[in-house]
Amino acid sequence: MKKFKPSEEVDFVIIGSGAAGGVMAKQLAVAGFSVVVMEQGAWGAYGHEQDYNKDELINRFPSEEDKLISDPKTQRNTFRRNASEKAVAGSHSYGCVVGGGTITYGASSWRHLPYEFNEASKFGTMKGTGIADWPVSYEEIEPYYTQAEWEIGISGPNLKTPLIAPMSKPYPCRPLPLKSSGALIQKAAAKLNLVVTPNVAAIITEPYNGRSGCINCGACSGYGCQVKARSSSAVSLLPIAVATGNCEIRVHSYVREITVDASGKATGVTYFDKANNNQEVFQKAKCVVLSANGTETPRLLLLSKSNRFQQGLANSSGLVGKYLMSGNGGGASGLFTDPLNEYKGAVTGAAVLSYVPNDVKNRGFYGGGRMTARGQMSPMQYGLAGPHGAPSWGAGYKKALIEQANRRLTMVNFISQLPVETNTVDLDPEVKDAWGLPAMRITSTSHENDFKAMRFFIDKSAEILKAAGATEVWSDEVNDSKGGAHARGTARMGNDPKSSVVNKYHRAHDVPNLFVVDGSSFVTGGRNHPTMTISALAYRCADHLVKAAKSGNVTI
Amino acid sequence: MSDSRRNFLLKSFSASSAAWLAANWPAEVAAAEKAQAMGAFTYFTREQAGEVDAMAAQIYPTTDTPGAREAQVIYFIDTALVTFAQDKQDIYAKGLAELSSHTGGRPLATLSADQQVQVLTAMEKTPFFKTVRDHTIMGMFASPQHGGNYKKVGWTQIGYDDSLNFRAPFGAYDKAEGTW
Repeated sequence: MKKFKPSEEVDFVIIGSGAAGGVMAKQLAVAGFSVVVMEQGAWGAYGHEQDYNKDELINRFPSEEDKLISDPKTQRNTFRRNASEKAVAGSHSYGCVVGGGTITYGASSWRHLPYEFNEASKFGTMKGTGIADWPVSYEEIEPYYTQAEWEIGISGPNLKTPLIAPMSKPYPCRPLPLKSSGALIQKAAAKLNLVVTPNVAAIITEPYNGRSGCINCGACSGYGCQVKARSSSAVSLLPIAVATGNCEIRVHSYVREITVDASGKATGVTYFDKANNNQEVFQKAKCVVLSANGTETPRLLLLSKSNRFQQGLANSSGLVGKYLMSGNGGGASGLFTDPLNEYKGAVTGAAVLSYVPNDVKNRGFYGGGRMTARGQMSPMQYGLAGPHGAPSWGAGYKKALIEQANRRLTMVNFISQLPVETNTVDLDPEVKDAWGLPAMRITSTSHENDFKAMRFFIDKSAEILKAAGATEVWSDEVNDSKGGAHARGTARMGNDPKSSVVNKYHRAHDVPNLFVVDGSSFVTGGRNHPTMTISALAYRCADHLVKAAKSGNVTI
Repeated sequence: MSDSRRNFLLKSFSASSAAWLAANWPAEVAAAEKAQAMGAFTYFTREQAGEVDAMAAQIYPTTDTPGAREAQVIYFIDTALVTFAQDKQDIYAKGLAELSSHTGGRPLATLSADQQVQVLTAMEKTPFFKTVRDHTIMGMFASPQHGGNYKKVGWTQIGYDDSLNFRAPFGAYDKAEGTW
């Protein structure tokens, strides 16, 4: 792998190596630019993926080098429901390894539907929200979805239905095999007239781009993939970037500031080098790409204060960190007579698409959701959570645990969460992270509309499980999100610098050579399956950036 | 196998479960003896191990199928307290003292099964009990390489196959249905 000296001015520094950072690194390096990717986590099993650990206990208590996600004890964060509360210790975490969240994610890879880019003009806005149209249309992004799907490696059904975004090219891989969850939901769908499909996933099901297909090991979400079937950025994109000889991935490099010069242009990044006693290092760059995820991205902008940018970098709008959408869920579970063995195969067994569209008139709430059927639990997780309706230990616990084993099906829903200005990521005034920097503080209460949406999907889940023949069904409580893996909206894109942080090409309105590319750019949240859209947006941004940089001016 | 090991094993099983074990699991007992012969407890004293073992045996009892004892959960917990659960040592130290105050200083295993359940029910909201509960369950269902789940008895009970390589059909309903 090419190594750059920090004093050497590289063309691009990219902060983060996940869904967006991986795309940016690959596209920019292939175009001939020098690139340094800053990753605060470790290598994981990059290049020797067979060594990803599948031991549940080790996965739960990893050593420093085995860690795949951030640790709230180190990457400390706090949470509160509203600004009048004092924030308490939070449990937010995110992918923290080369490949970011794509190493361990469930890999759902749904496109947004066309109307998820212009909900304001199509359905109107709602009081107390920042619902707005995106500055880009589905038609503009469609070619990049296709490029992303084919380069990254996505499997899915090739169906023509208004419930799936129109595609100029089918998915490159056939869908994941039918599981019992899918078979049962199909049964319910026939009775309830629902549209059910295989899940669209960044998991290849047959040999593709030099990688082998999924072997249905079942230690999937939360684990690294040993056979490279999960199309993480670390197997589908970063190796191509590194092979150009133009790209260095620098691990254990925790960026604490994006630095600027007197004219307000970014000059590079200052980071703590873990391998060197957390010594501060400055990496010089012509252009900075920030892809640190929807929570760390706004935090880093807010940490990057300077005389010129006193309320944080790229924050003249005051909107950095605001409009956080972290994803609402909730559902129901049921027991069936025969074994489902959901622990085998990919985590998501099927998707119900019928309630993806908006239908304010009939449902009484704005937005929609994609329902997924699953029941995957690893053995310790199953034992610790315990059987339904039984004691938590003793003979009764054991009896129920054995009886219910492998017979559970759960509907997990991915529901729109409306952008609300007071839902934020900012800097905790007291708590510090393990590096002595102000900890991330998340403030979030969903809009009242979203509680109605959650109620709807929880009830719908129970209805579907009953129709599928469950012998017993129980529902989740409505549970507002507390920050989670799908953070979006915190550096929203738009044409007006007063009401957005980045422009339609992800350039910060205030800093001409700073590009913010990840879930932060989202204007509205979609149906809480953001990764494919993050990847497509990154391809689009890279396309623009390569053209601009080749003309010698990234600031266009 | 050292005599003390054997004695520990025999003493800590109640008479009925030892008989059951002898009748049903001779091969396992032989293998357990062999394994145990190779090492002492790393963290616990023998007395402490006896107490925690008795708790585990109530948390995940031996019924018509093996329980925490047959899964050798005590060895899992012993290892846990010097590895991933080092930070729980204090909870165990304080908790064992508390347990002793509940039993009047008598070893838990010497009480009747009902009395043991009573004592543990009185303690079930304590951090100690909750920790032992979680560690017992983890010892039942973590990989056998960590000391418990002996011969995969835990995995077998909940129908978990650790092959990590499967082909459809996976379960009863997709088998009946075929493909998408």
